Amino acid sequence: MTLCQLFLQPDAAYSCISELGELGIVQFRDLNPNVNSFQRKYVNEVRRCEEMERKLRFLETEIKKDELPIYDPEDNPDAPKPREMIDLEATFEKLDHELKEINTNADALLRNFNELTELKHNLTMTQGFFDDAEMAFTPAHNRNQRDSDDDQVQLLYEYSMISHNKLGFITGVVPRERMVAFERMLWRVCRGNVFLRQAEIPELIEDPVSGEKLHKTVFVVFFQGEQLKNRVQKICEGFRANIYPCPENPHERRELAMGVMTRLEDLTVVLSQTQDHRQRVLAATSRNLRTWQIKVKKIKAIYHTMNMFNNDVARKCLIAECWAPVSELDRIQLALRKGSEASGGGTVSSVLNRMVTREQPPTHHKLNKFTQGFQNLVDAYGVATYREINPMPFVLITFPFLFAVMFGDAGHGILVTIFALWMVLKERSLKDKWRNQEVWTIFFGGRYIILLMGIFSIYTGIIYNDVFSKSLNIFGSSWRVRFGDDTLAKHDSVILEPTPFNYTRSADYRQMFSGTPYPIGLDPVWQLADNKITYTNSVKMKFAIIIGITQMGFGLFLSLWNHLHFNHRHAIYLEFLPQIIFLACIFFYLIILIFYKWTSFDGSKATDAPSLLIHLINMILFSYKTDPPSAAVFYTGQKQFQTFLILLAVLCVPWMLLGKPVYRIIMNKRRANYSTVTNHAAGNDSDVEEQHQEEFHDPAEKRGVVLDADVRDTDTEDMLDDEHSHQQHHQHEVEMSEVWVEQGIHTIEYFLGCISHTASYLRLWALSLAHAQLSEVLWHMILHLGLSMNGYGGAIASFFVFMPWSSLTVFILLLMEGLSAFLHALRLHWVEFQSKFYKGEGYPFVPFSFRLLLDEAPVEA
Amino acid sequence: MEKFSISLIVFTVFWGLIGIVLPFLIPKGPHRRLIQTMLALTSACCWLFWLCFYLHQWKPLFGPQISSVDARALKVLWGQDL
Repeated sequence: MTLCQLFLQPDAAYSCISELGELGIVQFRDLNPNVNSFQRKYVNEVRRCEEMERKLRFLETEIKKDELPIYDPEDNPDAPKPREMIDLEATFEKLDHELKEINTNADALLRNFNELTELKHNLTMTQGFFDDAEMAFTPAHNRNQRDSDDDQVQLLYEYSMISHNKLGFITGVVPRERMVAFERMLWRVCRGNVFLRQAEIPELIEDPVSGEKLHKTVFVVFFQGEQLKNRVQKICEGFRANIYPCPENPHERRELAMGVMTRLEDLTVVLSQTQDHRQRVLAATSRNLRTWQIKVKKIKAIYHTMNMFNNDVARKCLIAECWAPVSELDRIQLALRKGSEASGGGTVSSVLNRMVTREQPPTHHKLNKFTQGFQNLVDAYGVATYREINPMPFVLITFPFLFAVMFGDAGHGILVTIFALWMVLKERSLKDKWRNQEVWTIFFGGRYIILLMGIFSIYTGIIYNDVFSKSLNIFGSSWRVRFGDDTLAKHDSVILEPTPFNYTRSADYRQMFSGTPYPIGLDPVWQLADNKITYTNSVKMKFAIIIGITQMGFGLFLSLWNHLHFNHRHAIYLEFLPQIIFLACIFFYLIILIFYKWTSFDGSKATDAPSLLIHLINMILFSYKTDPPSAAVFYTGQKQFQTFLILLAVLCVPWMLLGKPVYRIIMNKRRANYSTVTNHAAGNDSDVEEQHQEEFHDPAEKRGVVLDADVRDTDTEDMLDDEHSHQQHHQHEVEMSEVWVEQGIHTIEYFLGCISHTASYLRLWALSLAHAQLSEVLWHMILHLGLSMNGYGGAIASFFVFMPWSSLTVFILLLMEGLSAFLHALRLHWVEFQSKFYKGEGYPFVPFSFRLLLDEAPVEA
Repeated sequence: MEKFSISLIVFTVFWGLIGIVLPFLIPKGPHRRLIQTMLALTSACCWLFWLCFYLHQWKPLFGPQISSVDARALKVLWGQDL
């Protein structure tokens, strides 16, 4: 990784950046961090882009409102030239304007339409009222039927005759739910001096103002006098009833009604034509919408990047600073040349210039879709410091393996593998589906991790001999029942005898174990045993300890590799050696004891078999009793050897605590001595020695500025060892108290951590026990109920019992236990494994890449 | 004793082939080192796992405790010859 300077011609800058964006391997630095975003050079262009995006969003909502499909382009279009931007702006402006016009027109037309509909209903209903009044008018003396309506109308007529005044009326339409309150208000305000008639409109009509469909009622209010008229009008306004004029003359009413009908027909035609026009415009837009969105995003990204550059007025060029991997410098040169040519050439092409700097470069790992998931797991804890060892290739295997040790069921493993295989094989089609569902994207992003977890789970399930809590007997068990029938009849349960030695001294003692273990995994006989858990606890705990100590030792050796890479010779002698000796003396010795116990003690010596835990404790406490046989020494010289180991281990503590600080003190003194001779080169003596190694590799590197870098890299295919960079370590004076404190913390952390982390690995045993027990409970309590019934009833019962069993298996055992084992395996890696060698203080390399930009854009729902 | 070592040799050779020999046969490419690491680690972990379970069952300190009903069934099904 090297810091580069780019000198770009202002005309060529745009296309060069566009090419680099397509390439996606440089990370630009902001050279104007103190400048307000509104004062930057290309702020106008960015504004124009945002305006275009706004218009595109508006178009998108309109398209979505009409539920038209949006066509997705096959591959991403290139970033358009600066001239094209103006064309795009013009197109968007035109579309925007057109659509807005269509919308306003449609709204106005619709409102008109609704008002006319209401008027139409008004006229038809009031027609009814006035007809009733006329009907009652003629047969005034024929009052045999006493309808309340007729009474009302009769009263109305009589009243009008008496008062010799013409009654005024107001007709209108009001929402049905307000009708009762309206009536009551009228009655109260006008003190009962108005007369209201109403009729409901049977169908839903759209309210002209609010646009929603409501049930409405037509009413007519009769009153006398100006005052009442004002009051009624105010009440109508308050209840937002729409008042429509109604001519008294029936002839005029009929003419008005016909006029309204014709106008309604015309309006319907115009409305449908407006809708068609809108659909056509939107359909044409939807074909290009995504392409435009991508183009605008790219333009905006390019201008944002150009805002980060330094505009050198004197030399009439733009200066950019970027981080780039050394192995990619050729491709960058090529891209710059392409960009300069594309923008119309010019005699001077853009120049790339390498810089030397003390800053820590960003960390860049070359990844593919398989390793990306695992790298995310590692990076979640901390991004690797520049050039330190990346734990990812190791985590790639050990993480699924430790998960599988805790998950350990072949049946569940098969289910998980099938799910992961489906996701992996259908990658292409599933990639863009359900992008808003976070849970799904998490599962899909980790599909390779889940695939490996599933495959390893099948393997550990076979070794644990556990398929949905049942065991398989493929090779024949090594145990046989050789008790006499009378013994079996006398006792409720029997314990099979493993040893040939007749310790009971009875005549019919027989050995029941064949002496050869079951070839792959746990013997199937243990599935029927009441003491299965006791037996498997022992082997699972021992394995957990073995794998834990092995992984920690492996971590220590990775730290050795780090020290060798960075050439910290002193760290090897002062940190690595005490650490590994301590680990070896106590914990590798424990592993040796475990293997010794496995191979040397059999059933005949069962009562004397040493308890390794007691021995470990006694070893540290220097107590060697002979009381319980399990605590007595079991090989000659054990006491002396163990004492020696403990003393050696204890020695490591001050070795690590004091070693590095003392070394620092000596180094500081030496530096002080040399600087008095005023010899700078010799003053950095240690550093010069250490940098000798690099001179062999890369003489060009030592020169500060390299024009048109064409240094070939030696190791491009090796993703772990990129080229050596300069080192930025201890050129400066370090505060001594800081060193002491830091070293003290590291020492305590390591030595206490050794013991606590070893015990922490026992979670591998605990979780696998929990998983096995849960699985067995589900079988015995649920599935067994159905399977143990006979006949047709049993068949039906099995069918019904399968549903709860399978859903509990999926939700509790696969999802919950899976998540739990995932988490614990991850913790084991982050804390127990990585604390032995990983610093994780870097920052990630985020290149300027169009592909990244477009992938990360969230899809609007 | 021989039967004990048959399984031991078979599995050690199996995982040894996968973890030690196969890495040399991976063709040159950008992922060579990664695949070699994966093979070596996989075979180491899996072999160790198998070995621990195998050794633990070689000289058991106690046997399975089976109910007499199950024991009688096993006596019939599996016979009495080791």
